[in-house]
Amino acid sequence: MSGSAAHAQSVPKLQFEKLTLPNGLQVILHEDHSTPIVVANTWYHVGSGDEKPGRTGFAHLFEHLMFLGSQNVPQGQFDQWLEAVGADNNGTTSVDRTAYYEQLPSNALPLALWLDADRMGNLLPVMTQAKLDLQRDVVKNERRQRYDNVPYGRANETIWAALFPATHPYHWPPIGSMADLTAASLEDVKEFFRTYYAPNNATLVIAGDFDRDSAVTWVTRYFGGIPRNPQAPVRPTVPAFSIPRDTFLVQEDKVTLPRLYQTWHSVKLFHRDDAVLDVLADVLAGDKNSRLYKRLVFDMQVAQDVNAYQSSGRMDGYFQIIVTPKPGQTPTRMSELVGEEIGKIARDGVTARELARSLNSRRASFLDQLASVLNKADRLAAYAYNAGTPDYVQEDFARYERVTAADVQRVAASYLGRPKVVLTVVPEGKRQLMVSGGGK
Amino acid sequence: MSRSLPSVARIAAAGLATMVACSGPRVVTTPPPVPAPAVTPSPATRIDLTKPPTLGPPPSLRPPQISTRELPNGLRIVVLEQHELPLVDVMLQVRSGGETDPAGKVGMADLVAAMLTEGTANRTALQIADQAAFLGIQLNASSSWERSTIALHAPTAQLDSALALFSDVALRPAFPAADLERVRKVRLTALQQLRDRAPAIADRAFASAVFGDHPYGRPLAGTEGSVASITREDVQRFYTTYYRPNNATLLVVGDVRPDDVERRARELFGAWARGTVPMAPNAAQPGPKGTRVVIVDKPGAEQTSFRLGGIGAPRTTSDYFPLQVMNTILGGSYTSRLNANLRETKGYTYGASSGFGLRRSAGPFIASAEIVTAKTDSALIEFLKELRAIRDTVPADELAKAKRYLQLGLPSSLETTQGIAQEFLPLIAYGIPLDFHASAVQRYGAVTQADVQRVARQYIDPDRLTIVLVGDRKVIEPGIRALNPGEIVTRDIRDVLGAPPTP
Repeated sequence: MSGSAAHAQSVPKLQFEKLTLPNGLQVILHEDHSTPIVVANTWYHVGSGDEKPGRTGFAHLFEHLMFLGSQNVPQGQFDQWLEAVGADNNGTTSVDRTAYYEQLPSNALPLALWLDADRMGNLLPVMTQAKLDLQRDVVKNERRQRYDNVPYGRANETIWAALFPATHPYHWPPIGSMADLTAASLEDVKEFFRTYYAPNNATLVIAGDFDRDSAVTWVTRYFGGIPRNPQAPVRPTVPAFSIPRDTFLVQEDKVTLPRLYQTWHSVKLFHRDDAVLDVLADVLAGDKNSRLYKRLVFDMQVAQDVNAYQSSGRMDGYFQIIVTPKPGQTPTRMSELVGEEIGKIARDGVTARELARSLNSRRASFLDQLASVLNKADRLAAYAYNAGTPDYVQEDFARYERVTAADVQRVAASYLGRPKVVLTVVPEGKRQLMVSGGGK
Repeated sequence: MSRSLPSVARIAAAGLATMVACSGPRVVTTPPPVPAPAVTPSPATRIDLTKPPTLGPPPSLRPPQISTRELPNGLRIVVLEQHELPLVDVMLQVRSGGETDPAGKVGMADLVAAMLTEGTANRTALQIADQAAFLGIQLNASSSWERSTIALHAPTAQLDSALALFSDVALRPAFPAADLERVRKVRLTALQQLRDRAPAIADRAFASAVFGDHPYGRPLAGTEGSVASITREDVQRFYTTYYRPNNATLLVVGDVRPDDVERRARELFGAWARGTVPMAPNAAQPGPKGTRVVIVDKPGAEQTSFRLGGIGAPRTTSDYFPLQVMNTILGGSYTSRLNANLRETKGYTYGASSGFGLRRSAGPFIASAEIVTAKTDSALIEFLKELRAIRDTVPADELAKAKRYLQLGLPSSLETTQGIAQEFLPLIAYGIPLDFHASAVQRYGAVTQADVQRVARQYIDPDRLTIVLVGDRKVIEPGIRALNPGEIVTRDIRDVLGAPPTP
């Protein structure tokens, strides 16, 4: 089969208009009238990477407080009013940013903008110790539900702490530690808000079925009077580092099977090798024919599952391979097999077919990302923040079109040839299953 | 784009959202009465920024064009046009699923579906996967209680090649013995790993406690014993019996034209032979008993998995709309009583919710949450309080909010081709008219306080609850016993999932 058919469609351009209010708020508008819904998506340029020592998890805890009412919105009414007009909303916090969205029937856009403006401008007058204490409990339960009480749930926290130096903004995950969540004070809340929650530290995307002029009127009316923060927040510094030698860790967990995590320091988002490492991940574990899946899961049937991915943020990134051995198989054997497969790529390269499978699947994913206004709003905000322009979806995909077999071979040899962090999560009392230096 | 570094969300993606999702479509087709628009005040108007803005009338939904056809062999074709992007979803839905699994062979429908993409008369499993990735398409098959579905998601530029692969998988599966053994082993290991996850143990224990020997009391994915016992002949027989055109519907959603779809369907599926398809059994469901608490010990668990409820209603119930409204108030939305109480007032959990599993026969009603271990008894008090309180008359404003949420909430469910397909597949499976959405707003609007109270009292009986608590027994049991909620039985994980594998 020729490759031409699969190349027939390219990724469409994402049209937008960008404005900046006098107070510095970036506003990005994208009209799509195909469904009568609209999304307001506000990104604050602050994430867990901005947290101070002893206050890990604070950016996310603060995010929860943004839903508990503001000067003109009584506690509980933020969600009540939105549900009463048929809207859904949520917020998420990553290492780099904090994002809030509302998805509404198209008539309800002004309500979302008014609510978002009131909490951007007027959160502190009604902030209380009781609100903080309540959401602290909720977030601790979030940590239990999504990490502590989940098999293998604490693995990445352990890996990040070993991979990134203590002074690195990615040394800890956004959920934070229980002790730091306990320590967070009302004074921290106030200082954090004043530092980061200003219009000139935010991007507002409106996407979907709305009238452009009306939207601009509402944005100006609701957000226009919020003062900018004259003092730009100090951004974290990212220490340059390399891992001198392999680090071997073991973590006991309430699990039936051990699991092997191998993690390499790689590159940040949009670095020239970022997309190459994505393709390498596809070649290693992207589908049934990928190197690791086919050998370990399909042919030898010694592994239950394999995963590989390049995970990259604004400031740094890592490449990770995860293998769960089948009952009776050892993590050490998995480590040897993974090493062999990486070695084969580093030595012999990859095939045109492997590149085509990766590229064509990724092209389809880009198209899928444009199917919902919620996703489009998220893409526009992400590109504006991370690439410096919302107009980046085609360039983002073009990065993958440029990846050559030689590139993939090169990054397999270079990045995955370097020392790594090796964590073996083992069933309780089975520390002898740990992969250590002696196991190759 | 690269995979982002992990983020944390205010609301669990797999929490409230999925509980609501099982409760059916929430779509607007005609605008309900709302105050007159006051959208753009004149410049002279003084704008009061301390009050939320007045909104114009909500939009009416433009549901997709529905075109239905039928081939001579009985294959029904439903085409829903959506031309926004060059994408298409093609679903072949067979109206048979896990409810037809023979006793002792539980998990068969699920295994048959999984095996469809593992080799055909023309292609090996690796060739199927290679072609799918090369074409940039998604091709999956899965099964639920009363249906099995082969799903294709493809850019329209690849549709010809994609449909050739799709029809090969649907019509000519080979069930190669070696691939069956490989897939079986993956499934057996996955079943062993269920022991690690308290929520999964709770789901299993709850279904078993509520439904007993009824098919809904068994796991769709089977047990280690049943999955081990299914033979290649069983798989072949299941496929040959149920995968028949007169038991199937081809649903096509996206950038296509009905005539073109029919032409392709004739070419690909026209020669597919009819069969005599047995009716799914109508097993008797157990009658109500007194409240019973099952504590499953998960030593050291940081949270207790709560599952409370009983037998609910079938999808075709005439109470569908009042049930959705009642559940939205109780636990089907973020501001619902369960979440407002257990999360936003007490802070015992990251989220509490409820939902009806609406199936061909009456499925479960389940209220659920993951509760911090130390608050297990306190949380049970609050759960029971809310399950009693919903039987009282709900305030008019709370009712109005829930109705508007349901009426206005999800034109977005018909936004994407995949979303549209997920809306229509259950309508097809349960024989509900495809113009369901046309009257949904009006029917939600007609729900009264009396309706909500009636269905709450009919479907939720706080004196006959099944309560499953999976957690650290030595810590939680004394507090639960002190509450004396009903008969209490204690179990180990091996009672729920069988003995752990010998290493």
